[in-house]
Amino acid sequence: MSESATPIRLKTGLAEMLKGGVIMDVTTVEQAQIAEASGACAVMALERVPSDIRRDGGVARMARIDIIESIMKTVSIPVMAKARIGHFAEARVLQQLGVDYIDESEVLTPADDKHHIDKHAFDVPFVCGARNLGEALRRVGEGAAMIRTKGEAGSGNIVEAVRHMRQVVGDIRRLTVLGEEELMAQAKELGAPYELVRIVARDGRLPVPNFAAGGVATPADASLMMSLGAEAVFVGSGIFKSEDPETFAKAIVQATTHWDDPERVLDACRQVVKAPMVGLDLDKLDPSEMLQTRGW
Amino acid sequence: MAAVDEARRIVDGGPAPRSRDGERSRSQLVVGVLAVQGDSEAHARSVRALGHVPRFVKRREHLQGCDALLLPGGESTTMLKFLRAEGLDAAIVDFCASGRPVFGTCAGAILLATRVTGPEQPSLGVLDVTVERNAYGRQLDSFVAHAADDAGDLAGIELVFIRAPIVREAGPDVEVVLEHGGLPVLVRHGNVWAATFHPEMTDDARLLARVLADARPS
Repeated sequence: MSESATPIRLKTGLAEMLKGGVIMDVTTVEQAQIAEASGACAVMALERVPSDIRRDGGVARMARIDIIESIMKTVSIPVMAKARIGHFAEARVLQQLGVDYIDESEVLTPADDKHHIDKHAFDVPFVCGARNLGEALRRVGEGAAMIRTKGEAGSGNIVEAVRHMRQVVGDIRRLTVLGEEELMAQAKELGAPYELVRIVARDGRLPVPNFAAGGVATPADASLMMSLGAEAVFVGSGIFKSEDPETFAKAIVQATTHWDDPERVLDACRQVVKAPMVGLDLDKLDPSEMLQTRGW
Repeated sequence: MAAVDEARRIVDGGPAPRSRDGERSRSQLVVGVLAVQGDSEAHARSVRALGHVPRFVKRREHLQGCDALLLPGGESTTMLKFLRAEGLDAAIVDFCASGRPVFGTCAGAILLATRVTGPEQPSLGVLDVTVERNAYGRQLDSFVAHAADDAGDLAGIELVFIRAPIVREAGPDVEVVLEHGGLPVLVRHGNVWAATFHPEMTDDARLLARVLADARPS
C-alpha cells in the first residue's frame, strides 16, 4: 500500500479534540449510551472488555462488525475499534467500516510477532500503546497519530500505567539535556528513528498526543495519570466492571477534566459509593499473562 | 517525519513563554479559553502568538477579568455536562451579553447555537443559527480547504474541518463572514463569532486577530 493522502494533521487533529476527556470501552449499544450520557469524549467498541479477555483466554480478535456498527449508529461521539498488532487486513476492514480511530492493541492476540501495521498507508488515524520512549517513537515512525501507555489492561491496577507514563516522560526529559552529537547513539539505544529522537530532544514532548491507558479504575487514578502528563484517559474494564458503571463513568470524567483541582476530584471520589472493579496483584501474575509485553 | 513534526508545532507552537502571572502590558488582553475538554491548548497557543495572555476556564470564577472568551473544538456533549454542572452556561450567556468578543470553533460553535440537530441537544442559544453536528460525516470525511481569494483580509486562510458541523440556517441578524462549498463556515452576530472549522489548528492567527480587534483590556 502507498502512503495515505490524509494529512497527519487531520489524524492528530482528532486526538487534539479528545484531550482532557475520557475514552470508554463499551461492548453494547446500552453501554455506549451510558458512556455518552456520562460525558465520554469517545468510545472504544469491543466484543469483550480486557478483564473478560484476560479471564476467557483463547485468541482475542477484532470485534464483531455488527457490534461496532450498532454502536457507531447509536452515539454521536467518535467511535474507535481495536485491530490485532500487525493485522492490517482487520485494520482495512475497520477503515472501510468508517470507524474514527483504530487502536492497534496488545489487548488482542498479536497477528504478527515481528511487525506492526504500516499506519502511513491508512486514511483513518491510529493509536498505539507504548511502555517507553523507544516503543512510542517506533509507533509514531510507523504512522501512529496518538500514543497511549500500555499499562496492564484489564487489571484494575494503575501501577503499570504509572510506570509507563513515568518511563516515557523520563526518557523525554533525558533527551532534552543531551548534546546534538549524543542523539544518534541514543536513537540506537532506544531503537527509535533518529529524526524523531531529534524532534523530541528539541521539543521536550512526543510529536503526537500522549494519552493514558491500562488500569484506570477510579477517579483518583484518572487524576493521577493526568498529573503525570497524560493528555486524556482511556478506561477499559474500569467502568463496566464496577458495581455502578454510570456513577463511575461520570466521576472519572469529572476527575479527568478537573485533575488539578482537589475540590472537584474529592467531589468525584465522593460520588462513588459502590465498589470499583476487582484489581489484580500483578506481582502474582505469571509473566506470560502480561498483555503489555505484546508489541515490538 | 517532517509532517508529524509540523502538525505538532502548529498546534503547540513550542513551549509556552515564561510568563509572570498578573503582569501584562496595557495593550495585552486576557483571553479566556474554555478548558473543560477539547483542544484548548491549541487556542492558548494562538492567543500567545498574538502577544496576549490565555487563561484556562474550568470554573465560573475563572471568567472574571477575561477580555474575550474562546470555546474550543472537542466534544460538545462532554462540554455541556460541565457547563451545566459548573454554572458556566449562564455565566457564558452573561459574558456574551456584556459585549466582549466570544468565539466558538466547531464544538464551540455548536454550544453557541440556538438550535442543534444531528441529534438534537441543548445549547446556550446566544447565536441565532441552526447547527447540524458531524454533518460532513465521520473522521474519514475530515478535510483541509482554503478560503477563497476574494475573502478580503481572510483570503486564503486554511480551513481545517474535523468531524465538522454545518450551519444549516442563520437568522436575519447573523452575518455570514465566510462560506465554503456554498455553506456558511464563519458567522457572527455582533461580538459573538462561530466557525465550523479549526483556525487554532493552523499557525495563521489572522482570524483570531480579527475577532479580538474589538476587545478592550480591562
